[in-house]
Amino acid sequence: MTLAPETTDLKVQLRLDTGADDWFTVCDLPRLLPGRGVAALLPDGRQIALFRDRGGRLYAIDNRDPFSGAAVLSRGLTGTHEGSAFVASPLLKQRFDLASGRCLDDEDVHVATYEVRTA
Amino acid sequence: MSTDSVGTGPRPTIVLVGHGMVGQRFLEALAERGLTATHRVVVLCEEPRPAYDRVQLTSYFSGRTPEDLSMTDPRFLADHGIELHVGDPADTVDRDARTVTARSGRVFAYDTLVLATGSYPFVPPVPGKDADGCFVYRTIEDLLAIEEYAKNARVGAVVGGGLLGLEAAGALQGLGVETHIVEFAPRLMPVQVDDGGGAALLRTIEDMGLTVHTGTGTQEIVTGDDGRVTGMKLSDGSTVTTDLVVFSAGVRPRDQLARDCGLRVGERGGVAVDAQCRTVTDPHVFAIGECALATDGRVYGLVAPGYEQAQTAAATIAADEASFTGADLSTKLKLLGVDVASFGDAHGTAEDCLDVVYSDSRAGLYKKLVIGRDGTLLGGILVGDAEAYGTLRALTGSVPPVSPESLVLPAGAGAPAQLGPSALPDDAIICSCHNVSKGTIRGAVTDHSCTTVPEVKKCTKAGTGCGSCVKVLGQLVTAELEANGVEVDKGLCGCFAQTREELYEIVLALRISTYQELLDRYGREGARGGDGCEICKPAVASVIASLAPTIGASGYVLEGEQATLQDSNDHFLANLQRNGSYSVVPRIPGGEITPEKLIVIGEIARDFGLYTKITGGQRIDMFGARVEQLPLIWARLVDAGFESGHAYGKALRTVKSCVGQTWCRYGVQDSVRMAIDLELRYRGLRSPHKLKSAVSGCQRECAEAQSKDFGVIATANGWNLYVGGNGGATPRHADLLAQDLSDAELVRLIDRFLMFYIRTADRLERTSTWLERIPGGLDHVREVVVEDSLGICGELEELMAAHVAHYRDEWAETINDPEKLARFVSFVNAPDTPDPVVGFVPERDQIKPDLPLLAIGLRPAEEVLEGSAQR
Ligand code: SRM
Ligand SMILES: Cc1cc2nc3c(=O)[nH]c(=O)nc-3n(C[C@H](O)[C@H](O)[C@H](O)COP(=O)(O)OP(=O)(O)OC[C@H]3O[C@@H](n4cnc5c(N)ncnc54)[C@H](O)[C@@H]3O)c2cc1C
Ligand code: SF4
Ligand code: FES
Repeated sequence: MTLAPETTDLKVQLRLDTGADDWFTVCDLPRLLPGRGVAALLPDGRQIALFRDRGGRLYAIDNRDPFSGAAVLSRGLTGTHEGSAFVASPLLKQRFDLASGRCLDDEDVHVATYEVRTA
Repeated sequence: MSTDSVGTGPRPTIVLVGHGMVGQRFLEALAERGLTATHRVVVLCEEPRPAYDRVQLTSYFSGRTPEDLSMTDPRFLADHGIELHVGDPADTVDRDARTVTARSGRVFAYDTLVLATGSYPFVPPVPGKDADGCFVYRTIEDLLAIEEYAKNARVGAVVGGGLLGLEAAGALQGLGVETHIVEFAPRLMPVQVDDGGGAALLRTIEDMGLTVHTGTGTQEIVTGDDGRVTGMKLSDGSTVTTDLVVFSAGVRPRDQLARDCGLRVGERGGVAVDAQCRTVTDPHVFAIGECALATDGRVYGLVAPGYEQAQTAAATIAADEASFTGADLSTKLKLLGVDVASFGDAHGTAEDCLDVVYSDSRAGLYKKLVIGRDGTLLGGILVGDAEAYGTLRALTGSVPPVSPESLVLPAGAGAPAQLGPSALPDDAIICSCHNVSKGTIRGAVTDHSCTTVPEVKKCTKAGTGCGSCVKVLGQLVTAELEANGVEVDKGLCGCFAQTREELYEIVLALRISTYQELLDRYGREGARGGDGCEICKPAVASVIASLAPTIGASGYVLEGEQATLQDSNDHFLANLQRNGSYSVVPRIPGGEITPEKLIVIGEIARDFGLYTKITGGQRIDMFGARVEQLPLIWARLVDAGFESGHAYGKALRTVKSCVGQTWCRYGVQDSVRMAIDLELRYRGLRSPHKLKSAVSGCQRECAEAQSKDFGVIATANGWNLYVGGNGGATPRHADLLAQDLSDAELVRLIDRFLMFYIRTADRLERTSTWLERIPGGLDHVREVVVEDSLGICGELEELMAAHVAHYRDEWAETINDPEKLARFVSFVNAPDTPDPVVGFVPERDQIKPDLPLLAIGLRPAEEVLEGSAQR
């Protein structure tokens, strides 16, 4: 597989809800494999699942799978459904839209989403 | 003599005589209709205990207690004010005064009398029949007495080889006595099966170590000086030495009470009733269950017709319309572990009817269908394999959609059409979790315009429970869409229009070694350039892994792009558990392990606090590892010489073994060595679904090889190879592919078989479903892999040789690769912090997941966040 050449010093940052310009640095960009996720721990104990798609877009959602309660969404398989990125829970396979947090298999369920950038 | 309220008071009285299975059902029907509120209900029960499940009587010997068998909830009786007199049978009935006198002397006046006195076992009038050691088999008390007596008995004999006789024989054998069966008719189960079926049964039952004497009667029970049974004389002149005798020579209706009070009974017994179950003699008296003679001239000895009669009588008393004129005698039983079923006109009594018979007495199989002149299925008998009973019974009375012979031939033996779900009637239940019928599923497609399985699931709830019906559901939805002229997309998923098999051919022919290239060149228009989906990524990853050496891809599943495609478990080389922790399963080839290795596993589990369990696959599973512990655990395992067991992969799991010739007195080959060789040869082989195997040292089959994807059984001359077996929810007995193979021939044939399966199966299709699905079935597979009809065997062997030559242990590779190891953390930004919701609580001296911790969810700060704390 050929990946676009990487600028290794880019960092992945999450916006915290404590202030408009409060960005929390999570890790170096290369730690995110396109098509797979990682989990991050926020200072207040929250767990976030971060993803990167093939086109380089980043996504961040809550890591907790609302169906099982386990903090595992970062370990799910990702894909594209009708043009939008999703992750399928590794436990019981429900899919969540990465941009909106909506569950594609149960309209009553959704997970929180977060703003994410590289810097 | 005290008289209990003659001329019944404000509430009319119903007296029920007999509290057996049908009596109890009658009481329930009374309660359901509100009659217990408007009537006084009195029950006279002869046995020392209220109604219990007589059908399951024999399960007493497999550990069910009399309490377990009880059908009577004391609360039910109390709630409905039912007066039950246990151990107090009815002695006489005075129909003019309308009273019943019980043995205790009490007299009960009735407005309505219901007789449900059942049957008694018929004991042939042979000399010695009352000796010590003679029993019948009808009540819990009979069983208790047999059990007690058998403690001092070495041999037992059952008189009667019918349904109940075989059940009694099974029970005797279970009590550890050497068991004989004496049957007057020329075959076993003469009522249910014909000669052919009897032969198959005989063979199987003799194989179980029972001695069967057919075509001979019991002439005399011989007793010793102490009056105890010592043997039997048979009508063919022979004798059987035995310590105890169980009579099971049929039952007779208990109609004495009825006879004594002048009610009409049939020539061969049974209280004559009309279609409402009222006695033909007296409108105030009903008879139901095994004591009743129905309008069709039959006395029914099965419980289902009795229940129908109970309902009918209760409805009639409530002045509702109901009638019982006869019932279907179809039965499916499991006797001594043999499936026996008969349905419809099993003996072919209809004029001009024809039989279609398949019989293999070596395998204890016998299947017969009775077909009418116009092709209508009239009935049949199945012995040894009653799998098709549900479908066949539902089809009785109609012309089956496929030829009759294909319905009885075993799968693969040239059977062109296994009757799939499309042949089922509309009322057949497809999803048992949600009780959804085939008709409802078809309706979802035709009336509610569902076009996919997920839509049908949502609409009907079918498939949303345990999920075991989803495969059939898919077939039904496809069949229904096709029937409605909708073009059905056979593509793998929304990203690929090709099937898995087609993608395999593309990858192999064009040596495509990355998913992205395959998606961008061969994906559906809209999917190219995208991220694929959770269905095709692991499927393609599996194809690439199976072919890795041949197409020039890395054989290491966490290398480069491959890492991103793997299913979540494969990505961490471990099995995810419900709380986000993992299990660890090292390979233990053939189930053979040294004490040193056992100690290593014990030490690791102790040091990491893991829950340990012996698995069903002859190895050891350690549960409760956090993701960051996996490399530490594996470093120690690899150091001690363990390799990945691929419990997480769609790959070879275990090759189980029995101890075989080395130790076992029966073994004819070294099954352990062969199991180890096979496990080491195929370890790491990725496939459409998991692969399981086993090797048994002789035909006794202690390793259960015939329930495996490929199973091997030793013979005096080599090995027999069985394929397509499956345990799980839809068990399938494996088919014999080839016999008496040498070691080299066996391995070569398995190489070909596995590679042909990997090439042509669908995603998540076990060898069992694959064999059933592919055109030509087992015969086709045999032609391809044994006779090389397609000329591809050379290629299949080369592909396997390449796999074997390139195998490397993926855990050893992972722990030596710092970049890969960095992935094994709970948090990318806090590698040393464990996931706080992975917690454990103690149970039976080990740990289990702390599930409440998951329900509480994340830290309190979390709850203010929109949407995250919904559950
Ligand atoms: C651990 C074990 C149960 C045990 O405590 O004994 C087990 C545990 C699981 N089984 Fe199993 N099966 C285990 C032996 C079996 C057996 C018995 C055997 O192999 O002899 C069977 C029936 C035989 C067969 O497969 O034909 C069996 C039939 C299944 C099935 C149904 C497969 C089918 O085709 O019907 C599934 C579901 C599936 O694979 O889709 C399943 C799936 C699973 C999974 C992987 C479910 C999951 O995705 O989490 C379980 C996870 C194991 C883990 O986390 O480590 N397990 N499972 C056994 C591991 C054996 C081993 O050493 O590898
Ligand atoms: C071992 C065994 C296995 C069987 N397996 C099957 C099977 O697989 N499938 C199937 O359909 N059927 C099976 N049967 C048959 C089934 O048990 C009977 O069809 C069913 O029990 C009939 O119910 P019943 O209420 O009519 O008779 P019973 O259950 O026999 O009840 C009659 C009751 O009336 C009592 N009674 C008799 N006279 C009097 C009196 N004068 N006063 C008071 N009480 C009295 C008796 O003591 C008895 O308790 C089996 C039977 C046995 C023994
Ligand atoms: S299968 Fe045969 S050889 Fe193996 S343990 Fe059982 S009886 Fe012995
Ligand atoms: S049988 Fe359909 S979901 Fe369980």
